[in-house]
Amino acid sequence: MKTTMLAVAGLTIMAGCAATTQLTENERQTRAEAMLKAGFSKGNKAMAERVVQQDETQALCSKYPESVPEAIASRIQESQQATIRYPASGNLMGDWRQGEKIAQDGWGMRFTDMGSPNRPMGGNCYACHQLAPDELSYGTLGPSLYQFGKARGYTDEVRRYVYGKVYNAKATNACSNMPRFGHNGILTEQQIKDVVALLMDPASPVNR
Amino acid sequence: MSSTMRAAVAAVVLACTAPIVLAQGSTEKGIEQYRQALKEGNPAELWEARGEDLWKRKRGPKNVSLEQCDLGQGPGVVRGAYAHLPRYFADTDKVQDAESRLVTCMVTLQGFKEEDAKKNPFSAPGRHSDMEALTSYVAAESKGMKLNAPLAHPKEREAFELGDYLFHRRAGPHDYSCSTCHAESGKRIRLQELPALTDPGEAQKVFTTWPAYRVSQGSVRTMQHRLYDCYWQMRHPQLDFASDTATALMVYMAKFANGGEVHAPALKR
Repeated sequence: MKTTMLAVAGLTIMAGCAATTQLTENERQTRAEAMLKAGFSKGNKAMAERVVQQDETQALCSKYPESVPEAIASRIQESQQATIRYPASGNLMGDWRQGEKIAQDGWGMRFTDMGSPNRPMGGNCYACHQLAPDELSYGTLGPSLYQFGKARGYTDEVRRYVYGKVYNAKATNACSNMPRFGHNGILTEQQIKDVVALLMDPASPVNR
Repeated sequence: MSSTMRAAVAAVVLACTAPIVLAQGSTEKGIEQYRQALKEGNPAELWEARGEDLWKRKRGPKNVSLEQCDLGQGPGVVRGAYAHLPRYFADTDKVQDAESRLVTCMVTLQGFKEEDAKKNPFSAPGRHSDMEALTSYVAAESKGMKLNAPLAHPKEREAFELGDYLFHRRAGPHDYSCSTCHAESGKRIRLQELPALTDPGEAQKVFTTWPAYRVSQGSVRTMQHRLYDCYWQMRHPQLDFASDTATALMVYMAKFANGGEVHAPALKR
Protein backbone atom coordinates (compact mmCIF):
# COMPACT_ATOMS: atom_id res chain seq x y z
CA MET A 1 0.00 0.00 0.00
CA LYS A 2 2.71 2.40 1.08
CA THR A 3 4.79 1.70 -2.02
CA THR A 4 1.73 2.11 -4.25
CA MET A 5 1.04 5.50 -2.71
CA LEU A 6 4.64 6.50 -3.20
CA ALA A 7 4.54 5.35 -6.80
CA VAL A 8 1.33 7.30 -7.40
CA ALA A 9 2.82 10.38 -5.79
CA GLY A 10 5.93 9.95 -7.93
CA LEU A 11 3.89 9.65 -11.11
CA THR A 12 1.84 12.69 -10.17
CA ILE A 13 4.97 14.77 -9.70
CA MET A 14 6.38 13.52 -13.00
CA ALA A 15 3.15 14.26 -14.83
CA GLY A 16 2.98 17.67 -13.18
CA CYS A 17 6.49 18.58 -14.30
CA ALA A 18 5.98 17.26 -17.81
CA ALA A 19 2.77 19.26 -18.16
CA THR A 20 4.52 22.55 -17.58
CA THR A 21 7.75 22.01 -19.49
CA GLN A 22 7.06 19.59 -22.28
CA LEU A 23 8.63 21.65 -25.08
CA THR A 24 11.65 23.88 -24.80
CA GLU A 25 11.05 27.50 -25.71
CA ASN A 26 12.84 27.00 -29.04
CA GLU A 27 10.89 23.87 -29.90
CA ARG A 28 7.65 25.56 -29.03
CA GLN A 29 8.44 28.55 -31.21
CA THR A 30 9.68 26.51 -34.18
CA ARG A 31 6.69 24.17 -34.14
CA ALA A 32 4.09 26.86 -33.55
CA GLU A 33 5.51 29.07 -36.31
CA ALA A 34 5.53 26.15 -38.78
CA MET A 35 2.00 25.24 -37.75
CA LEU A 36 0.74 28.78 -38.23
CA LYS A 37 2.34 29.06 -41.66
CA ALA A 38 0.82 25.72 -42.74
CA GLY A 39 -2.61 26.86 -41.53
CA PHE A 40 -2.68 29.75 -43.99
CA SER A 41 -1.99 27.57 -47.05
CA LYS A 42 -5.06 28.75 -48.96
CA GLY A 43 -4.97 32.35 -47.79
CA ASN A 44 -3.82 35.43 -49.64
CA LYS A 45 -0.06 35.07 -50.18
CA ALA A 46 1.01 38.65 -49.49
CA MET A 47 -1.12 38.79 -46.34
CA ALA A 48 0.25 35.46 -45.15
CA GLU A 49 3.83 36.65 -45.65
CA ARG A 50 3.21 39.74 -43.58
CA VAL A 51 1.62 37.72 -40.79
CA VAL A 52 4.15 34.89 -40.75
CA GLN A 53 7.03 37.39 -40.59
CA GLN A 54 6.77 39.33 -37.33
CA ASP A 55 8.75 42.53 -36.91
CA GLU A 56 10.96 42.91 -33.83
CA THR A 57 8.33 44.79 -31.82
CA GLN A 58 5.67 42.17 -32.49
CA ALA A 59 8.04 39.31 -31.65
CA LEU A 60 9.13 40.90 -28.36
CA CYS A 61 5.62 41.85 -27.30
CA SER A 62 4.44 38.29 -28.09
CA LYS A 63 7.24 36.87 -26.00
CA TYR A 64 6.22 38.87 -22.92
CA PRO A 65 2.43 38.92 -23.03
CA GLU A 66 1.96 39.83 -19.36
CA SER A 67 4.43 42.68 -19.09
CA VAL A 68 7.52 43.43 -21.12
CA PRO A 69 10.77 43.96 -19.13
CA GLU A 70 11.64 47.61 -18.71
CA ALA A 71 14.92 47.51 -20.68
CA ILE A 72 13.20 45.88 -23.66
CA ALA A 73 10.29 48.31 -23.42
CA SER A 74 12.68 51.28 -23.66
CA ARG A 75 14.44 49.70 -26.62
CA ILE A 76 11.11 49.21 -28.44
CA GLN A 77 9.94 52.76 -27.67
CA GLU A 78 13.20 54.24 -28.92
CA SER A 79 13.10 52.32 -32.22
CA GLN A 80 9.42 53.12 -32.74
CA GLN A 81 9.84 56.81 -31.92
CA ALA A 82 12.34 56.99 -34.77
CA THR A 83 9.69 55.82 -37.26
CA ILE A 84 7.34 58.76 -36.73
CA ARG A 85 7.19 61.18 -39.68
CA TYR A 86 5.57 64.48 -38.78
CA PRO A 87 4.00 66.53 -41.61
CA ALA A 88 6.61 68.69 -43.38
CA SER A 89 4.28 71.70 -43.16
CA GLY A 90 4.33 71.51 -39.37
CA ASN A 91 0.52 71.71 -39.40
CA LEU A 92 -0.87 68.74 -37.44
CA MET A 93 -4.56 69.64 -37.55
CA GLY A 94 -6.95 68.53 -40.28
CA ASP A 95 -10.76 68.53 -40.37
CA TRP A 96 -12.55 66.99 -37.36
CA ARG A 97 -15.57 66.11 -39.56
CA GLN A 98 -13.34 63.86 -41.65
CA GLY A 99 -11.74 62.60 -38.46
CA GLU A 100 -15.15 61.52 -37.16
CA LYS A 101 -15.78 59.54 -40.38
CA ILE A 102 -12.39 57.84 -40.06
CA ALA A 103 -13.09 57.04 -36.39
CA GLN A 104 -16.39 55.37 -37.35
CA ASP A 105 -14.97 53.40 -40.27
CA GLY A 106 -13.40 49.96 -39.81
CA TRP A 107 -12.89 49.24 -43.49
CA GLY A 108 -9.66 47.80 -44.85
CA MET A 109 -6.88 45.22 -44.72
CA ARG A 110 -9.08 42.15 -44.12
CA PHE A 111 -9.14 39.44 -46.76
CA THR A 112 -12.54 40.69 -47.90
CA ASP A 113 -11.53 44.37 -48.03
CA MET A 114 -7.87 44.41 -48.94
CA GLY A 115 -7.70 48.06 -49.83
CA SER A 116 -8.21 50.09 -52.96
CA PRO A 117 -6.72 53.31 -54.30
CA ASN A 118 -10.26 54.76 -54.41
CA ARG A 119 -11.26 53.82 -50.91
CA PRO A 120 -9.16 55.02 -47.97
CA MET A 121 -8.96 52.71 -44.97
CA GLY A 122 -10.67 53.44 -41.69
CA GLY A 123 -9.20 54.01 -38.25
CA ASN A 124 -12.08 52.31 -36.38
CA CYS A 125 -11.32 54.37 -33.25
CA TYR A 126 -14.83 53.80 -31.84
CA ALA A 127 -14.21 50.04 -31.76
CA CYS A 128 -12.02 50.67 -28.69
CA HIS A 129 -12.52 54.27 -27.52
CA GLN A 130 -15.29 56.58 -26.43
CA LEU A 131 -15.02 59.84 -28.43
CA ALA A 132 -17.96 62.09 -29.35
CA PRO A 133 -20.72 61.85 -26.72
CA ASP A 134 -23.47 61.19 -29.31
CA GLU A 135 -21.92 57.88 -30.26
CA LEU A 136 -22.91 55.38 -27.59
CA SER A 137 -21.71 52.34 -29.49
CA TYR A 138 -18.09 52.55 -28.45
CA GLY A 139 -15.63 49.97 -27.17
CA THR A 140 -13.65 49.97 -23.97
CA LEU A 141 -10.36 48.27 -24.89
CA GLY A 142 -8.76 51.72 -24.93
CA PRO A 143 -9.34 54.66 -22.58
CA SER A 144 -12.19 57.13 -23.11
CA LEU A 145 -11.05 60.08 -25.23
CA TYR A 146 -14.13 62.20 -24.55
CA GLN A 147 -13.06 65.82 -23.90
CA PHE A 148 -9.48 64.90 -24.74
CA GLY A 149 -8.31 68.33 -25.90
CA LYS A 150 -10.46 70.30 -23.49
CA ALA A 151 -8.99 68.44 -20.52
CA ARG A 152 -5.36 68.64 -21.65
CA GLY A 153 -5.25 72.02 -23.32
CA TYR A 154 -5.17 72.91 -27.00
CA THR A 155 -1.40 73.20 -27.19
CA ASP A 156 1.24 72.34 -29.81
CA GLU A 157 2.74 69.86 -27.40
CA VAL A 158 -0.50 67.87 -26.97
CA ARG A 159 -1.23 67.99 -30.72
CA ARG A 160 2.24 66.57 -31.41
CA TYR A 161 1.68 63.87 -28.79
CA VAL A 162 -1.63 62.84 -30.41
CA TYR A 163 -0.16 62.79 -33.92
CA GLY A 164 2.68 60.57 -32.66
CA LYS A 165 0.30 58.32 -30.74
CA VAL A 166 -1.85 57.64 -33.80
CA TYR A 167 1.18 57.30 -36.08
CA ASN A 168 2.94 54.81 -33.82
CA ALA A 169 1.46 54.02 -30.41
CA LYS A 170 4.43 51.81 -29.54
CA ALA A 171 6.68 54.89 -29.36
CA THR A 172 5.17 55.86 -26.01
CA ASN A 173 3.82 52.48 -24.80
CA ALA A 174 6.00 49.62 -26.02
CA CYS A 175 3.40 46.86 -26.29
CA SER A 176 0.26 48.95 -26.59
CA ASN A 177 -2.75 47.11 -28.02
CA MET A 178 -3.24 50.04 -30.39
CA PRO A 179 -2.25 49.57 -34.03
CA ARG A 180 0.55 51.70 -35.51
CA PHE A 181 -1.66 53.53 -38.00
CA GLY A 182 0.99 55.66 -39.69
CA HIS A 183 3.94 53.32 -39.42
CA ASN A 184 2.01 50.38 -40.86
CA GLY A 185 0.35 52.35 -43.63
CA ILE A 186 -3.21 52.05 -42.37
CA LEU A 187 -3.92 55.79 -42.34
CA THR A 188 -2.37 58.52 -44.51
CA GLU A 189 -0.78 61.69 -43.15
CA GLN A 190 -3.92 63.67 -43.98
CA GLN A 191 -6.14 61.10 -42.26
CA ILE A 192 -4.02 61.21 -39.10
CA LYS A 193 -4.28 65.01 -39.12
CA ASP A 194 -8.06 64.66 -39.36
CA VAL A 195 -8.07 62.33 -36.36
CA VAL A 196 -5.86 64.80 -34.44
CA ALA A 197 -8.49 67.46 -35.19
CA LEU A 198 -11.25 65.19 -33.90
CA LEU A 199 -9.43 65.09 -30.55
CA MET A 200 -7.88 68.57 -30.50
CA ASP A 201 -10.18 71.00 -32.33
CA PRO A 202 -12.19 73.02 -29.77
CA ALA A 203 -15.13 72.79 -32.21
CA SER A 204 -15.00 68.99 -32.36
CA PRO A 205 -17.89 67.16 -30.66
CA VAL A 206 -15.27 65.29 -28.63
CA ASN A 207 -14.57 68.54 -26.76
CA ARG A 208 -18.15 69.64 -26.29
CA MET B 1 -41.83 29.73 -31.65
CA SER B 2 -43.50 32.52 -33.61
CA SER B 3 -44.43 34.56 -30.55
CA THR B 4 -40.90 34.02 -29.25
CA MET B 5 -39.50 35.20 -32.55
CA ARG B 6 -41.80 38.23 -32.47
CA ALA B 7 -40.58 39.08 -29.00
CA ALA B 8 -37.05 38.63 -30.27
CA VAL B 9 -37.61 40.97 -33.20
CA ALA B 10 -39.10 43.52 -30.82
CA ALA B 11 -36.06 43.13 -28.62
CA VAL B 12 -33.76 43.66 -31.62
CA VAL B 13 -35.61 46.86 -32.50
CA LEU B 14 -35.33 47.91 -28.88
CA ALA B 15 -31.64 47.07 -28.76
CA CYS B 16 -31.00 49.05 -31.95
CA THR B 17 -32.94 52.15 -30.99
CA ALA B 18 -32.29 52.10 -27.27
CA PRO B 19 -28.81 53.70 -27.35
CA ILE B 20 -30.30 57.02 -28.43
CA VAL B 21 -32.34 57.42 -25.27
CA LEU B 22 -30.90 54.99 -22.77
CA ALA B 23 -27.65 54.89 -20.88
CA GLN B 24 -25.08 52.19 -21.57
CA GLY B 25 -26.20 49.81 -18.78
CA SER B 26 -29.77 49.73 -20.07
CA THR B 27 -28.56 48.91 -23.59
CA GLU B 28 -26.72 45.89 -22.29
CA LYS B 29 -29.83 44.86 -20.37
CA GLY B 30 -31.87 45.11 -23.58
CA ILE B 31 -29.45 42.87 -25.44
CA GLU B 32 -29.57 40.37 -22.58
CA GLN B 33 -33.40 40.32 -22.73
CA TYR B 34 -33.17 39.67 -26.45
CA ARG B 35 -30.84 36.75 -25.85
CA GLN B 36 -33.20 35.31 -23.24
CA ALA B 37 -36.16 35.59 -25.62
CA LEU B 38 -34.28 33.84 -28.40
CA LYS B 39 -33.15 31.01 -26.14
CA GLU B 40 -36.71 29.71 -26.05
CA GLY B 41 -36.76 28.95 -29.75
CA ASN B 42 -33.35 28.39 -31.24
CA PRO B 43 -33.30 27.91 -35.02
CA ALA B 44 -30.20 25.71 -34.46
CA GLU B 45 -32.66 22.89 -33.78
CA LEU B 46 -33.18 22.68 -37.54
CA TRP B 47 -29.42 22.19 -38.00
CA GLU B 48 -29.39 19.51 -35.30
CA ALA B 49 -32.20 17.60 -37.02
CA ARG B 50 -30.55 17.85 -40.43
CA GLY B 51 -27.25 16.77 -38.86
CA GLU B 52 -28.82 13.71 -37.28
CA ASP B 53 -30.29 12.77 -40.64
CA LEU B 54 -26.89 13.22 -42.34
CA TRP B 55 -25.24 11.13 -39.63
CA LYS B 56 -27.64 8.23 -40.19
CA ARG B 57 -27.95 8.42 -43.96
CA LYS B 58 -25.84 6.24 -46.27
CA ARG B 59 -23.59 8.63 -48.18
CA GLY B 60 -20.31 8.92 -50.03
CA PRO B 61 -18.57 6.60 -52.51
CA LYS B 62 -18.87 3.69 -50.04
CA ASN B 63 -22.56 4.42 -49.40
CA VAL B 64 -22.39 3.99 -45.62
CA SER B 65 -23.60 6.13 -42.73
CA LEU B 66 -21.45 7.76 -40.06
CA GLU B 67 -23.00 5.57 -37.38
CA GLN B 68 -19.72 3.72 -36.79
CA CYS B 69 -17.71 6.97 -36.53
CA ASP B 70 -15.46 7.07 -33.46
CA LEU B 71 -15.61 10.54 -31.91
CA GLY B 72 -13.45 9.43 -29.00
CA GLN B 73 -15.95 7.45 -26.95
CA GLY B 74 -15.89 4.38 -29.21
CA PRO B 75 -17.42 3.67 -32.64
CA GLY B 76 -20.97 4.97 -32.88
CA VAL B 77 -21.03 6.75 -29.50
CA VAL B 78 -22.23 10.32 -30.04
CA ARG B 79 -23.64 10.92 -26.57
CA GLY B 80 -21.07 12.86 -24.55
CA ALA B 81 -18.41 12.82 -27.27
CA TYR B 82 -18.40 16.59 -27.85
CA ALA B 83 -17.82 17.26 -24.14
CA HIS B 84 -14.53 15.35 -24.38
CA LEU B 85 -13.08 17.13 -27.41
CA PRO B 86 -10.56 18.10 -28.63
CA ARG B 87 -8.60 14.93 -27.84
CA TYR B 88 -5.86 12.68 -29.17
CA PHE B 89 -6.82 9.92 -31.63
CA ALA B 90 -4.39 7.03 -32.07
CA ASP B 91 -5.55 6.14 -35.61
CA THR B 92 -4.64 9.55 -36.99
CA ASP B 93 -1.92 10.19 -34.37
CA LYS B 94 -3.35 13.68 -34.03
CA VAL B 95 -5.30 15.82 -31.64
CA GLN B 96 -8.65 16.53 -33.28
CA ASP B 97 -11.73 18.60 -32.60
CA ALA B 98 -15.25 17.52 -33.57
CA GLU B 99 -15.05 18.97 -37.06
CA SER B 100 -11.67 17.58 -38.07
CA ARG B 101 -12.76 14.22 -36.63
CA LEU B 102 -15.93 14.30 -38.74
CA VAL B 103 -13.69 14.85 -41.77
CA THR B 104 -11.68 11.75 -40.77
CA CYS B 105 -14.85 9.65 -40.54
CA MET B 106 -16.18 10.95 -43.86
CA VAL B 107 -12.89 9.90 -45.46
CA THR B 108 -12.30 6.54 -43.75
CA LEU B 109 -15.89 5.29 -43.45
CA GLN B 110 -17.72 6.91 -46.33
CA GLY B 111 -14.84 7.10 -48.80
CA PHE B 112 -14.97 10.84 -49.45
CA LYS B 113 -11.77 12.45 -50.65
CA GLU B 114 -10.33 14.66 -47.90
CA GLU B 115 -10.60 17.79 -50.03
CA ASP B 116 -14.26 17.04 -50.69
CA ALA B 117 -14.99 16.46 -47.01
CA LYS B 118 -13.37 19.82 -46.24
CA LYS B 119 -14.86 21.70 -49.17
CA ASN B 120 -17.88 23.41 -47.63
CA PRO B 121 -17.34 23.92 -43.91
CA PHE B 122 -19.21 27.24 -43.66
CA SER B 123 -22.58 27.91 -45.25
CA ALA B 124 -23.30 30.95 -47.39
CA PRO B 125 -26.64 32.40 -48.50
CA GLY B 126 -28.31 29.70 -50.60
CA ARG B 127 -25.67 27.09 -49.78
CA HIS B 128 -26.06 24.74 -46.81
CA SER B 129 -23.04 23.28 -45.04
CA ASP B 130 -23.32 19.63 -44.04
CA MET B 131 -20.45 20.19 -41.61
CA GLU B 132 -22.42 22.86 -39.71
CA ALA B 133 -25.39 20.48 -39.45
CA LEU B 134 -23.32 17.46 -38.39
CA THR B 135 -21.42 19.49 -35.79
CA SER B 136 -24.69 20.87 -34.40
CA TYR B 137 -26.04 17.33 -34.00
CA VAL B 138 -22.86 16.04 -32.36
CA ALA B 139 -22.62 19.03 -29.98
CA ALA B 140 -26.28 18.82 -28.99
CA GLU B 141 -25.69 15.23 -27.88
CA SER B 142 -23.49 16.63 -25.08
CA LYS B 143 -25.96 19.29 -23.90
CA GLY B 144 -25.90 19.68 -20.14
CA MET B 145 -22.66 17.73 -19.71
CA LYS B 146 -19.53 19.25 -18.25
CA LEU B 147 -16.73 19.96 -20.72
CA ASN B 148 -13.83 17.65 -19.98
CA ALA B 149 -11.22 17.87 -22.75
CA PRO B 150 -8.50 15.47 -21.56
CA LEU B 151 -5.17 17.40 -21.92
CA ALA B 152 -3.32 14.33 -20.63
CA HIS B 153 -1.72 12.69 -23.69
CA PRO B 154 1.68 14.20 -24.61
CA LYS B 155 0.24 15.39 -27.94
CA GLU B 156 -2.66 17.06 -26.15
CA ARG B 157 -0.25 18.81 -23.82
CA GLU B 158 1.91 19.83 -26.76
CA ALA B 159 -1.17 21.23 -28.53
CA PHE B 160 -1.91 23.27 -25.40
CA GLU B 161 1.60 24.73 -25.38
CA LEU B 162 1.45 25.58 -29.08
CA GLY B 163 -1.99 27.09 -28.59
CA ASP B 164 -0.65 29.21 -25.74
CA TYR B 165 2.09 30.52 -28.05
CA LEU B 166 -0.34 31.23 -30.90
CA PHE B 167 -2.92 32.89 -28.63
CA HIS B 168 -0.39 35.56 -27.66
CA ARG B 169 1.34 35.91 -31.03
CA ARG B 170 1.00 39.44 -32.40
CA ALA B 171 1.26 39.97 -36.13
CA GLY B 172 -0.09 41.64 -39.23
CA PRO B 173 -0.57 45.32 -40.08
CA HIS B 174 -2.52 45.94 -36.84
CA ASP B 175 -0.27 43.99 -34.41
CA TYR B 176 -3.25 41.93 -33.23
CA SER B 177 -3.20 38.66 -31.32
CA CYS B 178 -6.10 36.70 -29.81
CA SER B 179 -5.10 38.18 -26.47
CA THR B 180 -5.53 41.76 -27.74
CA CYS B 181 -9.27 41.27 -27.22
CA HIS B 182 -9.55 38.18 -25.03
CA ALA B 183 -7.09 38.59 -22.15
CA GLU B 184 -8.92 41.09 -19.95
CA SER B 185 -12.34 40.95 -18.33
CA GLY B 186 -15.06 43.54 -18.80
CA LYS B 187 -13.93 44.92 -22.17
CA ARG B 188 -15.98 45.56 -25.29
CA ILE B 189 -15.54 46.17 -29.02
CA ARG B 190 -18.26 48.72 -29.77
CA LEU B 191 -21.10 47.18 -27.70
CA GLN B 192 -19.95 43.58 -28.04
CA GLU B 193 -18.64 42.19 -24.76
CA LEU B 194 -15.34 40.32 -25.07
CA PRO B 195 -14.80 37.23 -22.95
CA ALA B 196 -11.43 36.84 -21.24
CA LEU B 197 -10.70 33.35 -22.51
CA THR B 198 -7.94 32.64 -20.02
CA ASP B 199 -10.36 33.27 -17.15
CA PRO B 200 -12.02 29.93 -16.28
CA GLY B 201 -15.29 31.55 -15.22
CA GLU B 202 -15.64 33.38 -18.53
CA ALA B 203 -14.19 30.64 -20.75
CA GLN B 204 -16.58 28.09 -19.24
CA LYS B 205 -19.50 30.32 -20.20
CA VAL B 206 -18.59 30.97 -23.83
CA PHE B 207 -16.39 28.16 -25.17
CA THR B 208 -19.20 25.72 -24.40
CA THR B 209 -21.73 27.65 -26.52
CA TRP B 210 -20.22 26.85 -29.94
CA PRO B 211 -21.57 25.88 -32.37
CA ALA B 212 -24.21 28.59 -32.14
CA TYR B 213 -26.96 30.00 -34.31
CA ARG B 214 -25.86 33.53 -35.18
CA VAL B 215 -28.77 35.86 -35.78
CA SER B 216 -26.59 38.35 -37.68
CA GLN B 217 -25.49 35.63 -40.11
CA GLY B 218 -28.73 33.64 -40.27
CA SER B 219 -26.85 30.41 -39.76
CA VAL B 220 -25.25 28.09 -37.29
CA ARG B 221 -21.54 28.83 -36.99
CA THR B 222 -19.01 26.43 -35.50
CA MET B 223 -15.87 26.95 -33.42
CA GLN B 224 -13.81 26.51 -36.61
CA HIS B 225 -15.74 29.44 -38.07
CA ARG B 226 -15.32 31.49 -34.89
CA LEU B 227 -11.54 31.19 -35.22
CA TYR B 228 -11.61 31.89 -38.97
CA ASP B 229 -13.73 34.98 -38.27
CA CYS B 230 -11.40 36.20 -35.51
CA TYR B 231 -8.40 35.90 -37.83
CA TRP B 232 -10.35 37.80 -40.48
CA GLN B 233 -10.97 40.62 -38.02
CA MET B 234 -7.30 40.45 -36.92
CA ARG B 235 -6.24 41.17 -40.53
CA HIS B 236 -4.75 37.70 -40.85
CA PRO B 237 -5.27 35.47 -43.90
CA GLN B 238 -8.02 32.86 -44.24
CA LEU B 239 -7.36 30.15 -41.67
CA ASP B 240 -7.55 26.70 -43.29
CA PHE B 241 -10.52 24.66 -42.11
CA ALA B 242 -9.50 21.90 -39.67
CA SER B 243 -5.91 23.19 -39.49
CA ASP B 244 -3.61 22.22 -36.62
CA THR B 245 -3.55 25.91 -35.67
CA ALA B 246 -7.30 25.79 -35.04
CA THR B 247 -6.99 22.60 -33.00
CA ALA B 248 -4.13 23.99 -30.88
CA LEU B 249 -6.09 27.15 -30.10
CA MET B 250 -9.14 25.08 -29.17
CA VAL B 251 -7.11 22.87 -26.83
CA TYR B 252 -5.68 26.02 -25.23
CA MET B 253 -9.14 27.49 -24.68
CA ALA B 254 -10.61 24.15 -23.57
CA LYS B 255 -8.19 23.97 -20.66
CA PHE B 256 -9.77 27.11 -19.17
CA ALA B 257 -13.28 26.15 -20.24
CA ASN B 258 -13.14 22.64 -18.75
CA GLY B 259 -15.82 22.17 -16.11
CA GLY B 260 -18.28 24.44 -17.90
CA GLU B 261 -21.60 22.98 -18.99
CA VAL B 262 -22.08 22.41 -22.72
CA HIS B 263 -24.90 24.65 -24.00
CA ALA B 264 -24.26 24.15 -27.69
CA PRO B 265 -25.70 24.88 -30.10
CA ALA B 266 -26.44 28.20 -28.42
CA LEU B 267 -27.85 31.38 -29.83
CA LYS B 268 -25.88 34.55 -30.42
CA ARG B 269 -26.05 37.98 -31.96
